[in-house]
Amino acid sequence: MTEIFAPATLAFLGEALLRTLGMTLIGCSAGFAIGLALALLRRSRAGWLAPARWLAMLWVEGFRRIPFLVILMLVLFGVQGLAPGLPLIGIATLAVTLAASAYMAEIIRGGLESVPAAQVEGAEALGLSAGTITRTILLPQAWRVIVPPAAAFMVMFVKDTALASHLGVVELAFAGKIMVNRGMSPVVGFGAVMLLYFALSWPLGRAARALEVRLART
Amino acid sequence: MLELEDVHASYAGRRVLHGVSLAAARGEIVSLIGPSGSGKSTVLRAAIGLTPLDAGTVRLDGAAVDYASAESLKRLRRRMSIVFQQYNLFQNMDVLANICLAPVKVLGLAPAEAEGRAMALLGQMGLADKARARPSQLSGGQQQRVAIVRALAMQPDILLLDEVTAALDPERVGEVLDTVQALASTGITLLIVSHEMAFVRRISHRVVMMDEGRVVETGPAEAVFGAPQQARTQAFMRAILRD
Repeated sequence: MTEIFAPATLAFLGEALLRTLGMTLIGCSAGFAIGLALALLRRSRAGWLAPARWLAMLWVEGFRRIPFLVILMLVLFGVQGLAPGLPLIGIATLAVTLAASAYMAEIIRGGLESVPAAQVEGAEALGLSAGTITRTILLPQAWRVIVPPAAAFMVMFVKDTALASHLGVVELAFAGKIMVNRGMSPVVGFGAVMLLYFALSWPLGRAARALEVRLART
Repeated sequence: MLELEDVHASYAGRRVLHGVSLAAARGEIVSLIGPSGSGKSTVLRAAIGLTPLDAGTVRLDGAAVDYASAESLKRLRRRMSIVFQQYNLFQNMDVLANICLAPVKVLGLAPAEAEGRAMALLGQMGLADKARARPSQLSGGQQQRVAIVRALAMQPDILLLDEVTAALDPERVGEVLDTVQALASTGITLLIVSHEMAFVRRISHRVVMMDEGRVVETGPAEAVFGAPQQARTQAFMRAILRD
């Protein structure tokens, strides 16, 4: 594995690329879904949800203040007790999900709060339920505020998934290290890894920008 | 009949209403007047459950409203609507969608029926050609008339109007006041907060003078405006007539 264009090397890098992309897309998507639930929970006013609101606050504030590497280790040791058979890539994706959920919750909260409170008050006075207000009034207006930072977060996290190499997940950065250890020139090995990170981040960034422009027109 | 009995309420952490009692009979037009900060808008907000009551009771046709119960609040808001100073229209929807959302979701009307009702009301208001416009494409007066249509589309027995002309350019005030004037003849109960004193005097059956979160005086419009009994009302009338 010293020739960058050798079929075995390309296959090895392709698999590593897919792992990086998979961790990012699955982790950030699941994190977005959980973040949305957390943000809505934190906005709720029902008295019986007070303990859940408190837990959501703890979750968001906690995971945003812990370095991603520490979250990886916490998940690794936590999962070993609960689900010992889970593969390392699964553990890393779960860690991405936890970290992303906390950041996404804050991004979504900011988006929801950007909708003038007067509109929510108008809707409440008409007797509309909290669910209808969220679906038909809040989220359609909040998206344009939520999408740009959420997409930027995901593009940034493509790079942070390199930390999963500490668990032994052969993602892009670790693949580069392995290739160099086996004799490939560091300039060629890490140069290829650098280009692949760019090739991942660039289209994601462009897609996010296109979505942002489309939302701004609505 | 709407009755407020010894209502206490706070706004932004400050006690604003100190035991307000008033009533509006079916079809009656009652206006709340008084200086800014006297609690007039809070009375309307408390009545429709947007500002929680610290104490007191609100009754609708004799039955006390339980604001802690979602079901009770829902029943109340099927019978009572409010129009705000700042219109509070949904900016992501066109005029028709703004009007039809609650009739479909809250009253359970079929979308076609809700649209038919909305278009009829828009036609009465001379706004039929604005059905597909976004609120941001309308003038302040048009937005306020759309807000009135949105409230009327719920077919309320009681309509609360909270300083509906206060945010408008002077030349737009007339069109909204004409709309309210037209409403007055439909038999709906109106509870109005307004600083348009000539309009209040002309349209109201009864006027409630408020100051510092309390009712100072109440009576027929002509009596309160023409021969106020309380010193505070007399001072208020002197001040507004000087303006």
